[in-house]
Amino acid sequence: MELEEGEICALLGENGSGKSTLVKMMYGLVKPDDGKMIFRSKDYTPTNPNEARSAGIAMVFQHFSLFDALTVAENIALGMSDHLSFSTLSKNIEEKGKAYGLALNPDNLVGSLSAGERQRVEIIRCLLQNPKILIMDEPTSVLTPQEADILFEALKNLAEEGTTILYISHKLEEIKELCTKATILRAGKVVATCNPEEKSARQLAEMMVGTSIGAPKRTGEVRSHEGTPLFQVKDIEKDASSSFGTGLQKISFEVWQGEVFGIGGIAGNGQDELMEVLSGEALPKKGSILLDGKDLARLNPNERRKRGLLFAPEQRVGHAAAGEMNLIENSYLTAADRKALSKYGIINWSKTTSFSKEIICHFDVRTPGSENLAQSLSGGNLQKFVIGREILQNPEVLIVNQPTWGVDAAAAASIRQKLMDLADQGAVVVVISQDIDELLEVSDYISVLSGGRLSRERHVKGLSREDIGLMMGASQELALEA
Amino acid sequence: MDFAAINPLLFISTMVAASIPVLLAALGELVVEKSGVLNLGVEGMMIIGAVCGFITIVHTGSPLLGVLASIIAGGVLALLFGVLTQILHSNQVATGLALTLFGLGLSALLGQNYAGIKPPNFPKPALGFLSDLPIFGQLFFKYDYLVYVAFLLVIGVSYVLSRTRSGLILRSIGENHDAAHALGYHVIRVRLAAIVFGGGCAGLGGGYLAMIRVPQWTEGLTAGAGWIALALVVFASWKPYRVILGAFLFGGVTLLQLNLQAVGVKLNPAYLSMAPYIITIIALVVISGTSSRFATLAPGSLGKLFHKTM
Repeated sequence: MELEEGEICALLGENGSGKSTLVKMMYGLVKPDDGKMIFRSKDYTPTNPNEARSAGIAMVFQHFSLFDALTVAENIALGMSDHLSFSTLSKNIEEKGKAYGLALNPDNLVGSLSAGERQRVEIIRCLLQNPKILIMDEPTSVLTPQEADILFEALKNLAEEGTTILYISHKLEEIKELCTKATILRAGKVVATCNPEEKSARQLAEMMVGTSIGAPKRTGEVRSHEGTPLFQVKDIEKDASSSFGTGLQKISFEVWQGEVFGIGGIAGNGQDELMEVLSGEALPKKGSILLDGKDLARLNPNERRKRGLLFAPEQRVGHAAAGEMNLIENSYLTAADRKALSKYGIINWSKTTSFSKEIICHFDVRTPGSENLAQSLSGGNLQKFVIGREILQNPEVLIVNQPTWGVDAAAAASIRQKLMDLADQGAVVVVISQDIDELLEVSDYISVLSGGRLSRERHVKGLSREDIGLMMGASQELALEA
Repeated sequence: MDFAAINPLLFISTMVAASIPVLLAALGELVVEKSGVLNLGVEGMMIIGAVCGFITIVHTGSPLLGVLASIIAGGVLALLFGVLTQILHSNQVATGLALTLFGLGLSALLGQNYAGIKPPNFPKPALGFLSDLPIFGQLFFKYDYLVYVAFLLVIGVSYVLSRTRSGLILRSIGENHDAAHALGYHVIRVRLAAIVFGGGCAGLGGGYLAMIRVPQWTEGLTAGAGWIALALVVFASWKPYRVILGAFLFGGVTLLQLNLQAVGVKLNPAYLSMAPYIITIIALVVISGTSSRFATLAPGSLGKLFHKTM
């Protein structure tokens, strides 16, 4: 593949298609077995990131490579090859920030910043070294649309000044908006290079997967509240569970049978606390959670599961699944009661194994077998497994947090389809997500959790991305002005 | 009972000297933990430092060589821990505990023929008229060299950790080793250096006990000081200056117990000997229990295994 000066090139491909490996080689983190890179008509073989940086290649990582307990300036100093004093560095940070509309306070602790601000830290860190090539790995997966717009502006400015940008993303719409060229990888090979503006998002996705994929569809029609609600949350209050979280204030919502209720908002605005309260990992200070009129707010997670309230938390390894246990053991962990996988405290392994195989088969989990460790699966496949494990227990209410975070387009589409199918069968589905397109696609009603408060719900019909974005960003802008 | 028999000036200056072994060991362990490694072998490194320093000073008569031997012995034992945990990926907790047991056993073997011998006197700096000042002289200028070295070391460690680039890199590795690796820093190399530094400090602390504080060799001389040092790091919430405070508290309680016995307080001495340990436990519970803020002060990658996989 080739990159020209000043262009914004997209690098597309499914999870595991080799995008990350390729850019890690460019950044000197992985050595190629064969072949070579030529940078400005010279052989380029970085052996470590320091060499890559001094050659003029900078990278913004998908999972932020920041240190929560250090300040913005300290974080940036760590990523710089030349050693400046902190006062000069702070001044440079503020100057660069102003020049590209990415304002930051160098003395703030990174742990207290929002996802958008954290990303600014990474970008400024790169920009301070005046890179020739800037690699961005899924930069918008955690941003509000407004924050993404600011980012796109900054990137376009950079490209005009002659910086080449290599842009990795699963979001095809934004690639069409931003990039002038797209290189598509499939199973470790370049399969196509095209101009993304001339292709539709569907065409791009099909080039990535190699087959055609359909958009998720509801078989039933969009619901409107009928009869009595199946699932009610009333006046839930809870303190922040970590110093970087947000407490919940009077959260109330109701969901009727067969509905998907979407909760938008940027992580850190009470999402984790809400998930904890709904799943029973933490008890609310006040308020009730009613399933079919019975209050579950004081019950532990297993009691809730027995009564039909199931959940798939955000963090796949370590929370939704135990990474160092295999898929069979992981199937047992949440399905023990509902699937009657044990008797008198003795586990029925053959029944558990066949249940795990059922999940793998019904949800297209790509793994050599159910004896594989959960952490050996790619993010998308493990997520399919986690969601499948809950859905196959026939929940009355299923609560999922960030169901498709870091999952490729095809897997995300299939997960969303399964969630909608579940609602069509008469269950209640609550989706907590930062991804607005996802919420618009799957939900019947949407509400936004911001600063620990839940906004009024709105029917998805006639709701645009911008409307939700405004609902999401409102509290943050207020905080910035104050 | 005659509390007037306790001389406050003497009490404070003895307390300072009594706190030096744990102060040194805790300071070393603090640096190790800041780099994200939990070395539970402090007790073992201290006692090896003690016995090696003692043997050297007895044979050569040179305090300087004794001090060097303590530092090197502690450092070598720590390096063993570093190679096992960082390069061979053994479990840090188990390896640290093994290091303590190994150190206790080896020191008993090495020190067999040295019990009851009196080492040469350890020199004090000649501070002239300063030592003769009323009150201040007693409080500040009558210690041996190592007391001043220990306090300079606290200042140095605090400065390096908070103000220098090397300190920043060390903290970043302890905070998130994967991110530090992604930025191109040598996680294993930095950790090995921190571990050896920690071992050297622990060894010196042990040496101080055997050569100056006691001064004598007996089997099991450190008597749990290494464990107190480990607790002090948490007590100090990973801040170098607070280690001094914790060490004084510990040293003070130990001394008070001796003093109270001396003035004839009617209490079973067993209770008084327990006091420092009980107070340490209570202080730890209060600190970690009162606010969740403290939980976030621990280095983010503390005790986690680092595999270079990217």
